[in-house]
Formats: sequence, C-alpha cells, structure tokens
Amino acid sequence: MTASNASSASQAPPASGLRRDPAAIPALAIGDLSHSYGPRRALTDINFTVAPASFTALLGLNGAGKSTLFSLVTRLFGIQAGRISIFGHDISLAPGEALRLLGVVFQPRTLDLDLSVMQNLLYHAALHGIARREARLRSDEVLSRIGLVDRTGSKVRDLSGGQMRRLEIARALLHRPRLLLLDEATVGLDVKARADILSHVRQLVTEQGIGVLWATHLFDEVISGDDLVVLHQGRVLARGPVGDIIAEAGAHDINSAFMRLTGAAVESGRPAP
Amino acid sequence: MSSTAVTQPRIGFSLAEYITCLNGIVWREALRFLHQRERFVSALVRPLVWLFIFAVGFRQVLGISIIPPYETYILYEVYIAPGLMAMIQLFNGMQSSLSMVYDREMGNMRTLLVSPLPRWYLLFCKLLAGTAVSLLQVYAFLVIAWFWDIAPPPIGYLTVLPALILSGLMLGALGMLISSGIKQLENFAGVMNFVIFPMFFASSALYPLWRVQEGSPLLYYVCLLNPFTHAVELIRFALYGQTNWISLAVVGCCTAAFMIGAIYAYDPSRGLVRRGPAGGET
Repeated sequence: MTASNASSASQAPPASGLRRDPAAIPALAIGDLSHSYGPRRALTDINFTVAPASFTALLGLNGAGKSTLFSLVTRLFGIQAGRISIFGHDISLAPGEALRLLGVVFQPRTLDLDLSVMQNLLYHAALHGIARREARLRSDEVLSRIGLVDRTGSKVRDLSGGQMRRLEIARALLHRPRLLLLDEATVGLDVKARADILSHVRQLVTEQGIGVLWATHLFDEVISGDDLVVLHQGRVLARGPVGDIIAEAGAHDINSAFMRLTGAAVESGRPAP
Repeated sequence: MSSTAVTQPRIGFSLAEYITCLNGIVWREALRFLHQRERFVSALVRPLVWLFIFAVGFRQVLGISIIPPYETYILYEVYIAPGLMAMIQLFNGMQSSLSMVYDREMGNMRTLLVSPLPRWYLLFCKLLAGTAVSLLQVYAFLVIAWFWDIAPPPIGYLTVLPALILSGLMLGALGMLISSGIKQLENFAGVMNFVIFPMFFASSALYPLWRVQEGSPLLYYVCLLNPFTHAVELIRFALYGQTNWISLAVVGCCTAAFMIGAIYAYDPSRGLVRRGPAGGET
C-alpha cells in the first residue's frame, strides 16, 4: 500500500490491519497522529497498525520522526492529535493497561551503568510490580536465553555494546509484554552483534507470538516477509508487506523502492517539517 | 492464536504491586547512594565544617537568649544543629533532583516513566526514596554531633523523625520541581547560587529571627516567607519533643504545593512535551 492508499485508511485507522485476520485486535493501532515541537511539525497524520505476532519494520532516515513516534507510543510525550491503542487499550485513557502489554528498547541506552545486570532487571521488575522472588526467576530465565547468565553480578558498564543491547531486550521482555518496540536497536553494533539481535527478535515473533515494531534506517534489516511502514519527514509514505511496496513502487528491491518513494515525496512538494 | 485471549490485562494494580514498586525504587536509590561513597562523605563533611569551625568561631560573637523550645541558655552549636540537619536535607533534595536531571540525560528516566503504574505514584516513590536517603545522613550527623555535646533529650531522636520525613519530602519535592524545568545538566550549577544559598542564609538556620529583625526588618520578613525557615523550626521543636504548629502548617502546605507542581511538571502532556526529544533523536 503506498501513500495514496495510506491516506484513505486514515478514515478508520484502528481497524486497518496490514494483512492478518481483520477480526484480531491490533497489537498497536495508530490513528491520525500528529505532533509538533512548537512551530516545527514532527509527525503528520500517521496511520498504521501492527498485527499480533508480526514483525513490522518502521523504515526512515534520521530525522524522519521515528523517535518522536516511539515517545508518543510509550507515553513519554502527551498526544496532541490522534490516538494510539495497544491491544485495544487507548494509551491516553488506560495507560496502565496499555503499558503493561508493552516492552520497549529505546535508541539511547537506558540501563543503569553503576548497577549490576541482575540489579537492573530487578529494578525493572519492581517498576512493573513483580515481586522479588518471581523477578529473580524470570531474570534467570531471560539471562540464560540471551547468554548472559554468567554475567549476573557484573556491572553493566563492563558489558560490551551488543551485550548491553541484548540485556535491554531481555529487560523489556521481563514483564512478558505482547508488543515490543525497538528504536534503532542495532545502532553502533558490529555486524555479528546486529545479526544476533535481529535474529533473536525475529525468534520472539515466531516462538512467543510477540508483535514487534522495529524502527531502523538500515535497509538490510528488512526482509521480504516483513510488514513495512516507510516514514519520511514525519509522514507515512507507504505501508504493507515489503513485496507489495516494492512492486507498487516499480522497484526491484527495498533500497530502490525507498529512494523512489522519498524522491516522489520531495517532487510532490510536500512541506518539510 | 487469539489475540484477545492473551492480551486482556487486569484492570488496576494490587496493593502488593504498589508496595513492590516502592521497595524497588527505594532499593535502587539506596544502592546508588551506597555506591557513591564520596556523596555520603561530602554530605556529612559539609555540616560538620559548619559545626566544628564556623560555630566555634561564631559562639564568641553571637549570644543566644532563651527562646523556645530551649528552656535554658544554649551553646551556639546546639542552636545551629537543627539548621544543619535541614541543610543536609536541602542538599540531598537538590542532589536527588540533580540525579533526576542526570537520569533524564542518560535515558534512565525513561525506564521509570514507561512503568504502567501511575506516574504520580512513581514520582512520589522517588521522593520517598530521596527522603529515606536523607534520613540516613541526618542520623549519621546526629551521632557525630552527640560526641560534640549536642545531645537533645533521648526521646527527641524519635520525635524528630516525622518532622524530618515531612521536611525531607518538602525539600525533595522542591528539588524535583526545579529539576523538571532544567533542560541540561550544566544548568544545574545555577541552582546552587539561586536556590540553595539564598534559602539557607535567609532562614533561622544560623541565627534566631529576632536577631535578623534587629538588623533588617525586610530580611526578617523574607526569612518568615522562606519555607526552609519553617523546616528548620519544625525540626528544632520536634528535636525537643514539641510541635511548632505554624511551621508544621507551612511545611505541610509547601510539601503539597511543591509535590503537585512536580507531578504536574512531569506530566507528559505538560512538562516533557515542551522539551522535545533528546539530542540526536527525532
């Protein structure tokens, strides 16, 4: 679905799934969302959904508005216009219920470097009201899954960049969310660490049925089976299965499709934010 | 897989979840404090310098008449002890707010703010955690002061606790309110000049208000309007098992006002929304 289709979907955004069971409640539904920093428009009429148990890539260059969008979904910023719901829970009206179902990995590191790996996990668990004993069990479980079980007592500042990212993902899963947001989670990592993290997150979709919204500016992190949302200068230019977007753009791969879409956006004279 | 079957969360939170959250935030604050030994040492050295050096020199030039809650003549060191206890809490409140600014710059604040528990409750827990840390420092100071012959009645160590909790909450809430308006860590140095020093010196911490009134009636009224003065007097009276009702009312009202202001300022639709994203993000 390209930009023209996207605009028509804005009439009934929460019901507009990407391609899965239309009766299923979307893991994430964003409707008519706009946001400004003073006179500067950061997001304009954003509409898309993320289906449960799906991997959706949010592709955009630096400055496209990805982090602003994440800040709105996670309720760090208040919504100025539009609506966001997580599994049907409106983030403005029922933030507790919505945030309970949400795990998030922000672009900047949010671990406490002076605390140990386990202490960071226990702190996060406490913030979700998970009792200490249960939190320890879950922490051991997620640490063994990400291969950091031998680093339980290590200070976070002693971990490598890749290990920190894996720990952040493990932490985001500690309260067993059904939707996971990752904002540029592989930035600054080497090729192997990037591949490991991406593969781990894709496994979460297939094995645990978690819906994932993966924000990135790296084309090679998007594969043909993914759902894709192309964000450019605060607007959604295209959304849908990767193959459909490539075909509708008349391109042969995602890289050229993105270039055509964003080039078209510039040519059509859309105002820059 | 039916999405509705697995995604119906419970509505609201249990008392146990609230308590777990509070424990976690206090525990993290205590861990950070214990990791920063220099902070503990400097928190103690600051009032002790005033007590061991400044007070000894001032004792010779400033006479203290008998004023409530004291029932006899007292040494100047005894007079300024409550002021120094409040000073510890004032610095701790500002240190906590500095820590919140740091957390915001480093991204740690996001971990707190995306918790599903109500935001007002999370910030209240932060305040309680900061107050708990300030109590540790104040009681450590009282132990050292005891060896310097500053010994209130034994019951005073207990009766002062509620006063310290209230004053700690007030000063912590003030710090939180200030930190919500500070955009960068570098700007925090200005807080020292424009908040801590004026609050401390324009109060009854170092000299009785009747002395101030003799010197400058205008400054006297400034001191009376200063909530820190009332925190000092609340602690002073409580240390001797008494209650200064006016100070209690002022500190109580200021605590509520600062807390509401801080929670309002951290509301995403009001406070953070004006700041925009962190550097480098869009």
